[in-house]
Parts: sequence; C-alpha cells; structure tokens
Amino acid sequence: MSGNPDPTLVALHRFGLGARPGDRARVGADARGFVIAQLNGQVPIIGAQLPASDEATRQRHAAEATRKEASQRPAPSTMAEAGAVKDEEPHIEMTLFRAEAAARFQQLASAERGLIERLVLFWSNHFTVSAAKGAAVRALVGAFEREAIRPHVLGRFQDMLMAVEQHPAMLIYLDNTQSFGPNSRAGLNRERGLNENLARETLELHTLGVDGGYGQADVGALARIYTGWGITGPQQGPPDGGRFNFAPPRHEPGPQTLLGRTYPERQGKAGLEQGGAALADLARHPSTARFIARKLARHFVADEPPATLVAKLEAAFTASDGDLSTVTRALLEAPEAWSAPLAKLRTPMDFMAALMRAAGRAPEGPAMIIGLRLMGQPLWQAPGPNGWPDTTAAWLAPEAMAARLDIAAQWGRRAGDVDPLDLANDILGPAASRDTREAIAGAESRAQGLALLFMSPEFQRR
Amino acid sequence: MSITRRTFLRASAAFGALAPATHAFGAARDSRLVTIVLRGALDGMAAVAPIGDPAYAGLRGDLALTRANALPLDGFFALHPAMPQFARLYQARQALVVHAAASPYRGRSHFEGQDVLESGQSSVGRADSGWMNRMLQALPSSRNAGREGLAVGALTPLIMRGPAPVLGWAPQSLKAEDDLAQRVLSLYRHADPALGAALAQGLDTNHMALNASKGVEANQGAGQPHAAMVKTAEGAARLLAQDNGPRIAALAFDGWDTHVNESARLAQLLAGLDAALATFEQTLGARWADTAILVVTEFGRTVQINGTGGSDHGTGSVAFLAGGAVKGGRVVADWPGLAQAQLFEGRDLKPTLDLRALAKGLAADHLGLSAKALDDAIFPGSQTVRPLTGLIA
Repeated sequence: MSGNPDPTLVALHRFGLGARPGDRARVGADARGFVIAQLNGQVPIIGAQLPASDEATRQRHAAEATRKEASQRPAPSTMAEAGAVKDEEPHIEMTLFRAEAAARFQQLASAERGLIERLVLFWSNHFTVSAAKGAAVRALVGAFEREAIRPHVLGRFQDMLMAVEQHPAMLIYLDNTQSFGPNSRAGLNRERGLNENLARETLELHTLGVDGGYGQADVGALARIYTGWGITGPQQGPPDGGRFNFAPPRHEPGPQTLLGRTYPERQGKAGLEQGGAALADLARHPSTARFIARKLARHFVADEPPATLVAKLEAAFTASDGDLSTVTRALLEAPEAWSAPLAKLRTPMDFMAALMRAAGRAPEGPAMIIGLRLMGQPLWQAPGPNGWPDTTAAWLAPEAMAARLDIAAQWGRRAGDVDPLDLANDILGPAASRDTREAIAGAESRAQGLALLFMSPEFQRR
Repeated sequence: MSITRRTFLRASAAFGALAPATHAFGAARDSRLVTIVLRGALDGMAAVAPIGDPAYAGLRGDLALTRANALPLDGFFALHPAMPQFARLYQARQALVVHAAASPYRGRSHFEGQDVLESGQSSVGRADSGWMNRMLQALPSSRNAGREGLAVGALTPLIMRGPAPVLGWAPQSLKAEDDLAQRVLSLYRHADPALGAALAQGLDTNHMALNASKGVEANQGAGQPHAAMVKTAEGAARLLAQDNGPRIAALAFDGWDTHVNESARLAQLLAGLDAALATFEQTLGARWADTAILVVTEFGRTVQINGTGGSDHGTGSVAFLAGGAVKGGRVVADWPGLAQAQLFEGRDLKPTLDLRALAKGLAADHLGLSAKALDDAIFPGSQTVRPLTGLIA
C-alpha cells in the first residue's frame, strides 16, 4: 500500500455504509463530489409508522397496568387458563425495540446517502442513551434516535443538544426525572434532592469534554438548572402524557452561575429558559467546538487524527455557530480525509450494514441483534453514557474477531448463489488486493468465497 | 478506632520492609493473578461499611448498614449482607478488604478514571496499554514460559491491552467451520497480521474453553448480572486451572454506577460478585491455593446519599482481595474519618492508599516482579508509591 487510498473506497467505506452491487460505478470519477452531494436535501425520515416516544411511553404504561391486573387475578383453575397466562406476548418494550431495530436495519440496508446514516450513527453514539438502563429506556431508544438525533444531523448542534437533553429517553437514562431542587417546593415537601448525573455528562460527554474547563461547582449549577426537567405522567394520556415537561415546583429557585456566567431566576414556566440559555452557551463554547471537531475527525479519519484536520473542523464549527452541515462539508473537503490510510476497523454495526449491502439481502433483525452482541456491540446498549469506543484497538479483540468470522460465514451461506469474485470486483474493484482475490478464487464453495471476501482486510477496514 | 487502623498499616509496612523481597513465593507455588474491574464506580461505603465511624449512620441515612443487618468483619467495618461467600473466605483468612483506596486519579469522570486505573499511568493521558499486559512482559521467564494473558469478554479490557500476547475468551455459541478459519488466517498472514493475530487468539481460546468444559457455551442473558458474572468467572477459572493455561487474567463487570435506587441494584450486583468469587474458588479446585483475585473500581461515590436514593461520583472506595494465596482475615485501612473536615473536597471519602501500592505489593510478593520493573515499566513514575507488602500467605 503506497500513496493515497482508493478514493472510491474512501467515499463508500470511510464516509458511507459500504457498497451495494453497482454503487462503485455510481460514484464515478469525482469521489469527493459524490459524497459532498449527499449533504443536499432533507434528511430522510424513517419509521413513520412507529409510535413516537410519548405514545411508546403511554403504551408501556398501559401494558404494565394490564400485567399488574392480571397478576392480581386468582390463580387459573383450568389447564387452558394456565396456558393462556403462560403464553403471554413479549413485553411491550421488546416489541417496540425490535420494531425500531427493524426500521434502522432496513434504512442501513437501503440508504442511498450512506453519509447521512453514518452521521446518525455517530451522533447517536455521541449522545448515548442505553437500553442497559432498563425497560423504560429500551422502549424509547429507537424513537430517541429518530426524534432527537436524525432530524438534526445536518442542522445546528444547538438544536440537537436541546432536543437530546429534553428527550424523555435521556431524562430517564441520566436520572434527571428523579432530580429535585433541594430548596424547591416539591423538593422540600418530599425531602428529595439533586441528582447530578445528567449535568455532569452534559458537560463531560455532550459539550465541553472532560478537559473543557469546568469544575464541580459548574456540575452542581447545571444540575440545579436542570431541576424540573422531566416527563408528564403517561397516565395523563394524550397529548401530554409521556412528553417532556418542565415542572416549576421542582425547579431550584435562585440564579445559577455556570462557567462564570449567571443565569437569573425566572418564575413559573419561564424557569425553563434558564436551561435554554445555558445550553445555548454550552453549544457555542470554544471547548465544545474543539471536542466535537476531534471526535468527528477520529471517528471518520484516524484514531489519532491529524491536528490540521481537527483545527479545520473546529474553525468551521466556530465560524458557522455549530452548523453541522458546514462542519461535515469541511471534513469532506479536507485533503487529510482523503489521504489517511484506510486503517480503522469497521465497528460491528458498520460491518453489519456493509454485509447487508454487499450481500443484497434484507435485514434479519433477530439474528442481527444477536450478531451485534457477539461482536461486542449490542444494539443501542452501550455500557455507559460515553457510548462505544471509537478506536481500532478497542474493536480488534480476539473474541470479537472470532465472532466476525462466524457472522461472515453465516452471511456467506445466506448469499451463496452470488459469485464471490464477481462481487469482489463489483464492490472493491481494483482496491481488492492480490491476496484477497487469490483467497476468494481458491475457495471451495461460493459461500466460503463470500465469507473470505467479508473477512478481507479491504472489507473490514475503512 | 482509627488509631488502631493506622497502627496496623504501619506494622504491616514495617514487616514488609524487614522481610526479604522473595519471602512469599517458593518453588512450589504456581501463582495465578486475576483482576476484576468493576466499571461504573463501586460505592465502597455501601459494600464495606465503616459502622464504627460516628458520622457514618447520619451520612448514609436509609442506606446505612447496621450491626444487625451487616456481616461482621473486624468490629469497625462490616460487610454488605449480599456477600456471605466473601465473609466466609474472610473468616477462613482467604480474603481481605482494603479501604479508603483510590487510583491516583482525582477527577470524577468514569472514563478517565478507568483509563488511569487500567493503564497504570499516574495521570490521564495516553492509555494504549494496560498494567497487566506490561506485567506479562516483565514476568521472569521461569514463571511465564511463553504463556499469554487472558482477557475475558467480547472486547479486551484496557488493563490487559498491549504488546504481550493475550487470549480472549467470552461465553459464546455459533461456530464457523475450521477450514474457513484456516483460509482467513492464511489470508491475514500476509495481508493484515494485526487482524490475523487477534483472530487466531480468539479461535484458540474458544477451543480451549470448550474442550475443557461442558455447558459454558450458552449465551449469557442481558439484564441478569448475577448469571453473567458467574458464567464469566466459571469460564475464566476453567482456563486458569489448566496446567498449560494462562496465569494472569483480567475481567470487567459493568453496571456499578448507582445514581438512583442504589440499595436494590447494589445488592444484586454485590451478590453477583460474591457468587463469582465463590465460582472461582470452586472451579479452580486445587489451584485456588495459588490464586489471588484483586477486585478494583475506578473511584468511589459521595459519602452522602443524593436526592434520588443513590450516590454520585466520588473518590475513595474499597478494593477486595480473595484467594487461597491471600493472607486474609483483615481490613487494611488508614481510615481518614467521615467528619466534614476529613472528607475529600468536603464530599468524598478521602483516599489514604494508592491502588498502585496494592497492585505493586501483589506483583512483588505473588509474582516475584522486581521493584525496578514495577516502578518504571508497569506503573511508570510510581517510585514514591511503596508496595503494600504482606498480602500473600
């Protein structure tokens, strides 16, 4: 490998979801222009038929009430009744989760603008909410991505930040629904107090970054600013039940000082504006620009991205006041993004998307959910609020590689009527190495040849 | 009470200074060292409660343990009731607690805290290899004889990442055909040695674990921390028990970030950890006598309960040490006290012991590593952190 990487692979792998048969030809001679053109137009909406997060919360609430009622009924007296109780449907949060997963997988398999989906995955990971928290988040995690992340990936960072921090999934995930201003009316009455989880992660993970220049006092201030941010009880039904709600009785009274700036007290419902102003300032803070620039460059280009590239992204973020379309364009226009070697290992999710697209197979949700878990990246279930790691070393683990092999074999069998060398030529073109071609050519079956293609370094790395 | 604790620590340090550096290991012992990282920050005050401290009950409110419901340790400290197996090992002098301990990290970010804990560096910064991996590289050849470390889990934890070869293993099910595996390995040999090394190790360990066991292949269910911890411990112990298997292993258990409703969640997690330790004891069989298991976390939690029945990110916490090789039956602590003025930044348990001192003591007495390797390579820049000796029987 010498010189710059194949620009078509950069376009389809580094900045996309992998090639479907025929995609390489569609890229044409101007690979950079092919990717930049994807910034034009609306971000596609997915899962329009799926319940919004408030509806999902209400459904879960209703299902729980039914379940409770059933458990209080007297014991079944006949075998038929006993059977009926045993065969109950899966819990609503699992049904919702699977439906959301199906919508996301379908979009990954068929998207024309791979870049947009990669941005959704990136920002969804930046603002992690995890089903590991429990049923309430599991029911909402897909809707969170559709509602708070997807609409904003080409919009303003500030709008995404606000949508995220006010989304029920995030408020539950980082415990803000349970936080009370210690001196608020509700806090005093119920002897409840502050929980600083959401505030800390907002500063550390969502905006400034851990070295962004904040201290414990700022965490406390933002936690007090956030008090009262919660959810209307689902039992209240539509339209408000399950939606974001600001509850003045829980809000800590008084002005708050965050990063040296004082946010005055506002009475009643206007107390929400304290947080609105604070988030607006955090969104355009220089530390936020630096933190986001570095994360983007590391995700797309290299584990240790060139400082020149990070500086360009940071400048674009600052100059555009956090316009993410402008920032993404700066990334695509930077020469560094097209010269860095294709050395990053695809994450399990990227690998899964690339498999679907290369094999031209419809998603098989349940098997893919298991596959992602075996490869170390269970769907929407990162271990902590910092999301999944974004370096090759973190994914290049023996056990996870063995799982990739098993899954490549499975997909090879599934797509076994495709000629593997033809497919390699189609999706990799001249970028397929001689070693890879020989290995595929020598395979004992089409299924085995396809598995070799899927495990080849050209397919695994981006 | 706190005077007693100080005296004890000094006595043990003095013993360490007088004893020859090699006193603890003879030719007979084939030492095993396991580290379990509890990710999310264990509330040390809840796991091992300083019930003898006059400020404790007031700070902890409803979550405070009492002599009536906790398991007795030494009178001053008592153990969470979800850990009866650990209490049994403690009584049998095969387990001890280290309290008011912390890594050198003094911030409150999980992820930086884990990086410092696992990298063995003295501060946040480059974390591309872990101290257990560097320990592998430094092991005397007589003790290592070409053996690899063992990383348990789908991904290698940072503590075990680095240049020294590492086996990976996790409970898993579906299997690719051997022939395909050989062909992929052969492709990687020239085209991508890094992928090849990882895959080869992944395949090897799966075979070893499956051949040595029946029934580990079942998938662990999400949301069942207890079962998952036991299954993980069982698989790791099977590999460690083999004569030609690994000697140094790292595991990580997630989910200790108890901001809300800590009481119920922590009881479940501690019961899982307790059962995992008992599973190690049972599965290692005769090799238990050669084993020391170190349990550490990135930092502790606030001494006060927060507004939601949980605790927020703090500083000092506990570490556990268990195993047949451990000189147990005691709590090692230079107890800082819980009065307001004694707290770190007015809110956290003040750390009085560097976790590196504990790890260095283990490495020296249990594995025979030299002071030079420990000070320079394994825990760079830790010359002033004296090893905590006398931990090994």
